Amino acid sequence: MGQAYSAGLTVTESIILRKERIMPLKGKVLVTKGTKVKGEDVVAETLLPGKVLPFNLANKLGVTPSQLEKYIKIKIGDQITPKTVLAENAGLFGLGIFKSVVYSPIEGEVENISAVTGQVLLREPRIPVQVKAFIDGIVTEVIPEEGVVIENKSAYIQGIFGIGDETTGELKMLATTPDDELDAGKIDDSCRDKIIVAGSFIPYHVIDIAIKHGVKAIITGGIDDQDIKKLLGYDIGVAITGHERIGLSIICTEGFGKITMAKKTFDLLKKFDGKKASVHGHTQIRAGVIRPEIIIPLDFKEDELISVKATMPVLEIGTLIRIIRNPHFGSIAKVTGLPEELTKVESETLVRILEAEFEDGTRVLLPRANVEVIES
Amino acid sequence: MQYDEKRLTRIVATDCGSTTTKAILIEYVDGEYRQTIRGEAPTTVEAPLNDVTKGVINATQEMEELARLKYNNPKLKFMENGEFIIPRNGDIGIDAYVSTSSAGGGLQMMVTGVVAAMTGESAERAALGAGAIVMDLISSNDKRMNHEKIERIRQLRPDMILMAGGEDGGTIKHVVEMAELVSGADPKPRLGSAYKLPVIFAGNKEAIGDIKNTLGDKVNLIIAENLRPKLEAENLGPARDKIHDIFMEHVMQQAPGYNKLMAWTQGPDHQQVPIMPTPAAVGNIMQTIAKNDKIEVVGVDIGGATTDVFSVFTEEYIFNRTVSANLGMSYSISNVLASSGLKNIMRWVPFDIDESELRNMIKNKMIRPTTIPSLLEELVLEQAIAKEALRLAFEQHKTFASGLKGMQRQRDISEAFSQSTSGASIVNLMTLDLLVGSGGVLSHAPRRYQTVMMLIDAFLPEGITRLAVDSIFMMPHLGVLSEISVKAATEVFRKDCMLYLGTCVAPVGKGKYGKPALYAKLQLPDGSVFEEDIPFGEVRLIPCAAGEVAKATLKTSGGLILDATKAKELTVDLHGGIVGIVLDTRGRRPFALPTENSERIKYLKKWMRELKAYPEDILV
Repeated sequence: MGQAYSAGLTVTESIILRKERIMPLKGKVLVTKGTKVKGEDVVAETLLPGKVLPFNLANKLGVTPSQLEKYIKIKIGDQITPKTVLAENAGLFGLGIFKSVVYSPIEGEVENISAVTGQVLLREPRIPVQVKAFIDGIVTEVIPEEGVVIENKSAYIQGIFGIGDETTGELKMLATTPDDELDAGKIDDSCRDKIIVAGSFIPYHVIDIAIKHGVKAIITGGIDDQDIKKLLGYDIGVAITGHERIGLSIICTEGFGKITMAKKTFDLLKKFDGKKASVHGHTQIRAGVIRPEIIIPLDFKEDELISVKATMPVLEIGTLIRIIRNPHFGSIAKVTGLPEELTKVESETLVRILEAEFEDGTRVLLPRANVEVIES
Repeated sequence: MQYDEKRLTRIVATDCGSTTTKAILIEYVDGEYRQTIRGEAPTTVEAPLNDVTKGVINATQEMEELARLKYNNPKLKFMENGEFIIPRNGDIGIDAYVSTSSAGGGLQMMVTGVVAAMTGESAERAALGAGAIVMDLISSNDKRMNHEKIERIRQLRPDMILMAGGEDGGTIKHVVEMAELVSGADPKPRLGSAYKLPVIFAGNKEAIGDIKNTLGDKVNLIIAENLRPKLEAENLGPARDKIHDIFMEHVMQQAPGYNKLMAWTQGPDHQQVPIMPTPAAVGNIMQTIAKNDKIEVVGVDIGGATTDVFSVFTEEYIFNRTVSANLGMSYSISNVLASSGLKNIMRWVPFDIDESELRNMIKNKMIRPTTIPSLLEELVLEQAIAKEALRLAFEQHKTFASGLKGMQRQRDISEAFSQSTSGASIVNLMTLDLLVGSGGVLSHAPRRYQTVMMLIDAFLPEGITRLAVDSIFMMPHLGVLSEISVKAATEVFRKDCMLYLGTCVAPVGKGKYGKPALYAKLQLPDGSVFEEDIPFGEVRLIPCAAGEVAKATLKTSGGLILDATKAKELTVDLHGGIVGIVLDTRGRRPFALPTENSERIKYLKKWMRELKAYPEDILV
């Protein structure tokens, strides 16, 4: 077989990006097609339904659900405040003595009234939600009541794992080589609101200092599992992240442990030192793969915005690969052979392998499953 | 619809898993159905391709290439222009294509009931039996406040909801109250908001009118027969059927590429064959084994994201399935560590390793789920993790697989002081006949000896238990194949899928390491005799090939027993297998490893050496 499909992360100096910015519910789009937007601009907003409070009105009033109808003072859709009387009975002998009055516990709206259970559902006021552009670019499509599509030309790096939400800021290289381990002395007030770049590793106490200095995001080759646990206060069981609020976002380009950042990634970040970037730590490995992203917008003309159809990375002779499991974890090599036969590796597992050559000319045999294509 | 061997001569079956799409070729050769070739490729239901059929094409292409090599026939072809050629015409095409699927997270459901341990549990059983992952069970008595329940329903985005509650003629109020909570939450389906969320009501039939009034406008309401019409009876079939229909009609339609895949799955006359959720197909097979051989069976399917356990127990062949949604060997591997704790994993590892190195290795497997252990040390570690994932999943299963709760039981005087109550687990390892393993880490272990070791250490079978493994992970394929040809599915299952590993003999009870535990005399078919007084804390492996039987005389010492009648002496036939007969005197209830580290490592190495689990150089 001359080629095979393989997983891979994109690291490229120039790509046409297309980002859908969709509201969680239908709402109002605030921009029109062709508008030039900045990452921080709000492009759409909506109102999320408020919390629902079930409230057993019949019980409160001391009547059966079927009797409730006689005493209720509200109907579905009514606006309510804590002063609104929901129901009241006539009191003893209908004379108003020991009369029970039930007021609304919240401000909001009446959602439902049930004669079967005596329960009313009250909804709190709606909660406004804004969607930002996230990347500098042009609105190329408006999806009425739902959101927009923003396109731009960017330098683009996919990380492997991250934590924390979307943010924007200026890139600041703190590492001088891809295998640098970031030390605390390099972080000072000049890092405020910046996206800082470490090399192979950033330890917990340095992340802590970065948070204190108002750093917006950290890009690192590797991170220690226990440091993440200390930061979050819990262990990540299943990789669905991005919702954490720890004061900054972290984008890890290689994996867990001390792992030298891929040279191509490092060089690209270095080239754009001082430029504005949009980043996020959203990661979801299962059911719709989402990887963290580093997006550095470039100048472009509108006619350049022709996106290329997604394809699956292909392994073939000459493909540049990154080894993603021991032995040689983190190393870069070039594919020199794709033998068809199943081959036994050290663990005695029979697998499809490939032959790869390192920069120094040494060659190794590796399971195809343990490499990823470096896409460009 | 069933087809005979004249119409079905070459079949492609795929299982679109969350990580990998596995394709197998089944052919009718020399008067019998055999599984001949397999291929696999990454599943492509997700970005960037967002089309499940691409993975199917890639896996089939690999199979095509291997078939051409095997038969030395370059003309062989199953697909053209990215579609199957049906029916077969000589070298070209196939007669049928069938598929199961758990890609994109499988079928995710939420269930509701009135009392969690009664109608709630029945609803959960129905959903699990249909192959779903149950995201949450919400009931009137589950201790959460009503507004918390609404919040929860809103957050979850299930593929569908199953509502149960009230025996026929029983409570209406509580059932309607639950419907009001669902209505208030106004839940949205997981895949796409273009359709209304399907909600199946399978509760008190007298509440149907009120349920329609409460939910009718907001959701796609489907009514099924009450799944717990009386306290002492479950009727899960109709609800399960409805779940399958909706899975096909609504859920699958929304997943990327499934419309195309559903059109592809067809028999020789182009009749459509429904795609089945993977666990439902495996459940089909497990029940067939139990009923055909009249035995009690436990089966396990350990995947990348989830671990399913199936069991068939008692004379009524009561079937139970559980899915441990966050126990698996890739996506969920980190959660195995979080659930079991590092110490429990390390107790199975016969060497010392730096803790942070191990933790980072596990996390790296989580974020790059398709990698495989190339180094021996990493294989040992993954198999130690697998033992814990299996153990935890089985613990959950034992708790769930119980008799119906809430029933009144008549007791005689002998039971008056026993602790058993209604709803006790029906899983009895002492009466279990067969333990079947499936899923990558068990089916693809480099040595079958390792599979035996993992099954024994994780499940701790008691008394006499046969062990088997799904040879290359094809139970799902055969489960769905039986829909169009029971004959093909059964033949392939017996000849190519089910691989008997051997039998485990494990006396139950406590003992002291080194003290006498089991006298065993085995007369083997080749005329040789194995005879030994085996001390406590040992493992012996006696080769005895598949299809062969050893005549055994077994006598225990101390308080150890051999079967459910508490026999201390037995003369039995022990079935062989590709690994052989394992005599395990490490004790049960409790099973305990030596606490002192060097002692534990010494014994682990001894057992692993005896079971031929790993090459000698890692055990010195």
